[in-house]
Amino acid sequence: MSEHHIKLPEGSIEKTTSTLNLGPTHPATHGVFQNILELDGERIVSTTQTVGYIHRAFEKIAERRPLYQITPLTDRLNYCSSPLNNMGWHLTCEKLLGISTPKRVDYLRVIIMELARISDHLICNSIVGVDAGAYTGFLYVMQYRELIYEIYEEVCGSRLTTNIGRIGGFERNFNDIAFTKLEKFLKEYPAVLKEFENLFQRNRIFMERTMGTGAISAERALNYGFTGPNLRAAGVDYDVRVHSPYSSYQDFEFKIPVGKTGDNYDRWLVREKEMWESLSIIEQAYRKVQEFKGKDAEVFHADIPEYYLPEKEDVYTKMEALIWHFKIIMGETKIPAGEVYMSVEAANGELGFYLISDGGRTPYRLHFRRPCFIYYQAYEELTKGGMLSDAIMTMSSLNLIAGEMDG
Amino acid sequence: MLTNENIKQRLVGKFGEQVSNFEEPYGLLSFEAPAEMNLKVLNFLYDDPELKFRFLTDLCAVHYPDNKGREMALVYLLHNLTDNIRLRFKVFTDINKPDIYTATGLFSAANWMERETYDFYGVNFVGHPNLKRIQNVDEMDYFPMRKEFPLEDQSRIDKDDDMFGR
Amino acid sequence: MSRPVSYNINDKPLVTDISIGEMPEGHQGEGFFATSLNKVIGLARKNSIWPLPFATSCCGIEFMATMGSHYDLARFGSERVGFSPRQCDLLMVMGTIAKKMGPVVKQVYLQMAEPRWVMAVGACASSGGIFDTYSVLQGIDQVVPVDVYVPGCPPRPEAIIDGVIRIQQLVGRESLRRRNSDQYKSLLESYGIQ
Repeated sequence: MSEHHIKLPEGSIEKTTSTLNLGPTHPATHGVFQNILELDGERIVSTTQTVGYIHRAFEKIAERRPLYQITPLTDRLNYCSSPLNNMGWHLTCEKLLGISTPKRVDYLRVIIMELARISDHLICNSIVGVDAGAYTGFLYVMQYRELIYEIYEEVCGSRLTTNIGRIGGFERNFNDIAFTKLEKFLKEYPAVLKEFENLFQRNRIFMERTMGTGAISAERALNYGFTGPNLRAAGVDYDVRVHSPYSSYQDFEFKIPVGKTGDNYDRWLVREKEMWESLSIIEQAYRKVQEFKGKDAEVFHADIPEYYLPEKEDVYTKMEALIWHFKIIMGETKIPAGEVYMSVEAANGELGFYLISDGGRTPYRLHFRRPCFIYYQAYEELTKGGMLSDAIMTMSSLNLIAGEMDG
Repeated sequence: MLTNENIKQRLVGKFGEQVSNFEEPYGLLSFEAPAEMNLKVLNFLYDDPELKFRFLTDLCAVHYPDNKGREMALVYLLHNLTDNIRLRFKVFTDINKPDIYTATGLFSAANWMERETYDFYGVNFVGHPNLKRIQNVDEMDYFPMRKEFPLEDQSRIDKDDDMFGR
Repeated sequence: MSRPVSYNINDKPLVTDISIGEMPEGHQGEGFFATSLNKVIGLARKNSIWPLPFATSCCGIEFMATMGSHYDLARFGSERVGFSPRQCDLLMVMGTIAKKMGPVVKQVYLQMAEPRWVMAVGACASSGGIFDTYSVLQGIDQVVPVDVYVPGCPPRPEAIIDGVIRIQQLVGRESLRRRNSDQYKSLLESYGIQ
C-alpha cells in the first residue's frame, strides 16, 4: 500500500468555526433559554442568546388585576425564592399607599425573606456542584429545603409559589408549630451547611474548574447593571438591604461578603457566606420576635382596614367590617395616583417594581426590574475565549432563573 | 452632600429651559427633557464629577394614548452608588415616529432593556446594534404592550366569552 | 381394560404418507396469541419508565423535590432521568409552555421512539394555567397528545407521584398492538404527526 500525501493548494482549507446549539431543552440550562455558541475547537468565539421561551406577559396581566391580585404573579418571577418577590411587592404597595407596618410584622417578614434567600442560594450552589459532576451535595441539601418548605406551609399553606402575606402584614399569625419548625431548622441546618461547604470549598477539582473562569471586572459589571451576589463577587459591596433599608433591616447586624475577581469560584463563595449571614439574621430576628409578649405577640398586620381584608367572623357579624370587605373586593378603596419605585434585595440582585397608578383599581403600568434579565446580557463577555465546559459552569453559577428572565 | 436640590440646580444650570417638570414623588427626583437630548443629559449625568450617575437601574416605556403628540414615554432610572441617590429621567415622543437615540454606548446594560422596550412598545432606538424582538416570537407583527391591544389571544375558539367575560 | 378407540372415522384418502388434518376456523386478533406475554411486558415496562423532565418553570422545582430523597421518585423505577428524547419513554412537561416553545415540545415528542407517553404536570401545561395571554400556549395538548394531566400550581410531589402511578397503570394495561391501531393513527393525524 503506497502512502498518499495529498497536497492541497495554499489557502484552500479555511479554518471555520463550528456552531453548537445549547438549546432551550438541555440538562445544563436550568430553565429555558438558548445559547448558540460559535466554537473554534473547544474555545468559544462568540455566543448568541435567545430568551423569551417562557414569556408570560406579566406586565400586561398586571394591568388587569387589582393590587392584591398581583402577588401570585410576582411569585412566579424567581420561583426558587417566591417569598422575597411577594414581600417586595407588598413593600411597593405599602410605599404607594403610605402604610407603615409594626415592628413585629417587619421582623417576621425578615425571617421569611432570609429563609427564601437560603433556599435560593442552596439550589444555585448545589446545581453548580451538579454541573461540575458532584450530585451528592444537591441531594443532601434538597432534604433541608424540605424543612424550609414546611415552614412556609405552616404560614401560608403552600410550598413553592407561596403568595405569602398581604399588603400590611400576614394573613395569619405564626403559630407554635411554625416556630417549632423554625427552631428545628436553626438547630439542624448549620451542621449541614458546614458539611456541604466541606464538599466543595477546598476541593481541588472544584477549585480548578471554577477559579479563573467566567471572570468579570467591577467596572464592566457595573456597566452591565449587575446587582446582587454576582456584583459582590466582582468586588462592589452594593446591597439594597444596607443602602436603602426596608422592613427594619437597619435593626440587624450582618456582614456583606465581597469577592475579588468575579469568577465562578468567587460567586460560589459569596453565596455560601451569604447563607451563613442569613442564618445569623434569622436567629437575631427570631430572638427579637420572642421579646414581644402578651397583646403585642398577637400583632401580625398593620391596622389599615381600607386595604387589609377583615376577619371572616367580623364580616358576618359587624357592620363596619362588612363595608370594608365590600369596598376592598369591589375596588372602591382610595388608591392614590402616583409613581413609585421600590426595590428589594432578591436572591439574584436588586428586584425592582416600578408602579404607576392612575388612582384606579388596577395599576396603569407595572414594570419589574428583573436582575436575571439584565445580567444575562454579559454572558458573551464572560465566556469569550474560554472553554466550552467553563461556559456551562458560568451559566449555572450566574443563577439564571428563566421565569425571572422572561417574565 | 448631594441632594435633590443640588441636582436640580446643576441640571437647570447646564440645560436651562430644556429640562422641565421637576417632581419629587416619594422622595425620588424626576424630570423631563426633549427626546433628542436624552444622550446629552445621560452623558452629563455620567461624566460630571459631582453627579456621578453611573449605574442604569432600569429603562422602560409607558404608553399614554390620550396625550396627543407625547404618547410614548421612556423612563430611565439612574442610581448614584457612592452617594446613594436615585434619579428618574423621562423623555416623551410621538407614537407615529418613536425614534430615540440608544444609550448602549454609555451603559451596556441598556442593550437588552431597549430590545425589550422595542418588542413591547415599538420604540425605535437609533443606533442600537441588534434591535430585534427579544421576548415574543419573531413573527409577531404588533407591539403587544400598547394600550389598544388586548391581553388574551383573540384567535381562541374553545373559550366561552359569555362565561369568561373579557 | 382398554376400550376400543375410534378415530379417523371420516374416511380420508391418503394423498401422501402423512395426512394432515384440517384446521378449524379460528379467531385472530389481540389477546389470543400473546395474552400473558402482554401482561409480562406491561409489568416490565411500567416498573422501569425512564422519564424526560421537560422542566420549564416552577413545576420543575417541585420535580426536583420529587426526585430528592424525601419524596423519592426513584423507587417507582424512574431512577435514571434522561435528557435525550431518543432514550426516554415518558415526556413529563412541567411548567408553562409559551408559543415560542411549542415547536420545541413537538420536536422533542417527534424524536421519541414508540411506545411513548406524555404527562402534563401543572396547570400551565394542562391548560395554560393562570396565564390566559397572547404568548402562552393554552395547554400542551394543542401540540402533542397527552396521557395524564396532573393539576396543581405547582402540584405537590405526592400529586406528581400519583400522576406517575397512573402512567404506570396505563403502561401496564396497554396492549401490544395499540401503537399500530387505527385509533392511535387517527389521534396522531389530528396533531399533524406522521
